[in-house]
Amino acid sequence: MTSATVPVKTAEIVRRKVPAEVRRRRFLIAVADHSILIALGGAFLAPFLFIVLTALMTNQQALSAHLWPSPFRWHNFVDVFTQAPLWRWTLNTMIYATLATLGVLFSSIPVAYALSKLRWRGRDGVFLLVLVALMLPPQVSVVPLYVMWAKLGHHIHFELIGTLWPLIIPAWLGDAFSIFLLRQFFLTIPEEYLDAARVDGCGEFRILLTVVLRLAKPAIAAIALFSVLYTFTDFFLPLLYTSNNPHNWPVSVGLSQFRNLHQVQWNLTMAATLLVMMPVIILFFLAQRAFVEGVTLTGVKG
Amino acid sequence: MSPWIVGFAVFIAYPLFFSVYLSFTHYDLLNPPRWIGLANYKYMFGDDRTQIFQSIRNTLFIIAVGVPLQVLFSFGIAVMLTRAKMGIGFFRTVFYLPALAPPVAATLGFVYLLNPATGPVNTALKAIGIQGPLWFNDPSWAKPSLVVLSIWGVGNTMIIFLAAVLDVPKQLYESAELDGAGPFQRLRMVTLPTISPVILFSVVIGVIAGLQYFTQAYVAAGVAAGQASQAGGTSTLELGYPGGSTLFYPILLYYHGFTFFQMGYASAMAVLLLAVSFALTLVIIRNSRRWVHYGGAVR
Repeated sequence: MTSATVPVKTAEIVRRKVPAEVRRRRFLIAVADHSILIALGGAFLAPFLFIVLTALMTNQQALSAHLWPSPFRWHNFVDVFTQAPLWRWTLNTMIYATLATLGVLFSSIPVAYALSKLRWRGRDGVFLLVLVALMLPPQVSVVPLYVMWAKLGHHIHFELIGTLWPLIIPAWLGDAFSIFLLRQFFLTIPEEYLDAARVDGCGEFRILLTVVLRLAKPAIAAIALFSVLYTFTDFFLPLLYTSNNPHNWPVSVGLSQFRNLHQVQWNLTMAATLLVMMPVIILFFLAQRAFVEGVTLTGVKG
Repeated sequence: MSPWIVGFAVFIAYPLFFSVYLSFTHYDLLNPPRWIGLANYKYMFGDDRTQIFQSIRNTLFIIAVGVPLQVLFSFGIAVMLTRAKMGIGFFRTVFYLPALAPPVAATLGFVYLLNPATGPVNTALKAIGIQGPLWFNDPSWAKPSLVVLSIWGVGNTMIIFLAAVLDVPKQLYESAELDGAGPFQRLRMVTLPTISPVILFSVVIGVIAGLQYFTQAYVAAGVAAGQASQAGGTSTLELGYPGGSTLFYPILLYYHGFTFFQMGYASAMAVLLLAVSFALTLVIIRNSRRWVHYGGAVR
């Protein structure tokens, strides 16, 4: 028995043994691969590093060619708040993000369900409209919308231009990107689950609430995340609707005006920039999986 | 369903039709629109054509130069990540992080990094004996600077490419290797065709984003112009500083509509943008059938 198995084993080992030459080449290739990655990665991280360093410099130093802060001026992060209404901007962004994200969830989930799991006439046509809405540059429709909000404001004697409402209300009436993403995910839910619930006498609405929502948690988390991110970073529409009223500026608009308010102060500008980047980066590390899965979902099924 | 139909009607369908109507009028928001026929379009391609064509050229630049480079970088990084044996998770995070930086913040950071006199980049270049360019303050360098900024933020595309490259069936590589294909041949004959739908997707997304390119250019021009006016005292109210090089089509539209309140003229510009983006997307998708390879199930 043993004498029969031993030769087989050695044969295997011999076959697996890679010549030293090849091993050396593989090792060198791996070293080259990692060197390129490290160099590129360094280049991608460097801007963050310099922003952090500059945020800790004195104003004098930020305007000099020195790259390392001396002394470290942590007080910049306090000064930022006294120099600009950063809290006010943050509050505005939080109001916008919360109300818009709730709206997106409330309005997009039923539509995505109807577009993926219910059969009705004109469904494909409506889906095409979603795609059209997705591809439309916002600049195409801003003029009439601006006019509409301005007029509506006059009618109800409550000026809407200069507030966050023109940004929040549309979210409650559906968001093409979220509808598209959710639909793609709902399509992957096996029909049998829904049929089982239907046999048990569930209405479509209850199926949506109990079965689909539970199964689609990752996708819903992803669109909530994207919606928060979008409201936090969006600039064009907030600039359009709020720029005439600094009291209602969200963070993105406020930050863009920061340097105009405080001329040359690069150190404070970088401190503010860093403070604006931080929440997103922290959010990313807290919800890394939802991010990566969500981003992948947008692409793979596209 | 019905709220979305209302939403679609109010926020997409109505504005589109109203845009077309407004484009034939003179409208300043205070007085009712006055019908002027094709005058807006005539002005666009007549007296105003220098500025319009400049903004179109700039927008085409950011699409024609920016999008291929973004796709190339995200694909390259994705392939490098799949080859790496160690630290994939770490490197993936490193390359993804910049995509998270809010555009306004990222732009401010880059204008500082690339500021001509004392910015870290030019300081570093000087240390190795190179006189750095004026970046955002030089008409011929401003757009390339914006392209660099956009490459810094390719994280999302990179993640999508990474997932696609990892999804390529291993057997395909193995049989290619048996047929004697080297690493580059495998990349060209196996990886590229398999992930071509993802390439198409990212090109379409890139082109659409290029057509609406606004935030980075708006912020960069504003900050760089402010900086220049402190240094030299030139006028700060210059469209698309420096020298109109960052005057992109959506920015010009914004100025006409919401700084000068020429709503009719801005609508005419919007109609042209709509037509162009529609045509461009159609052309890309039409032509894609020749080179995009859809494996397996047809959806």
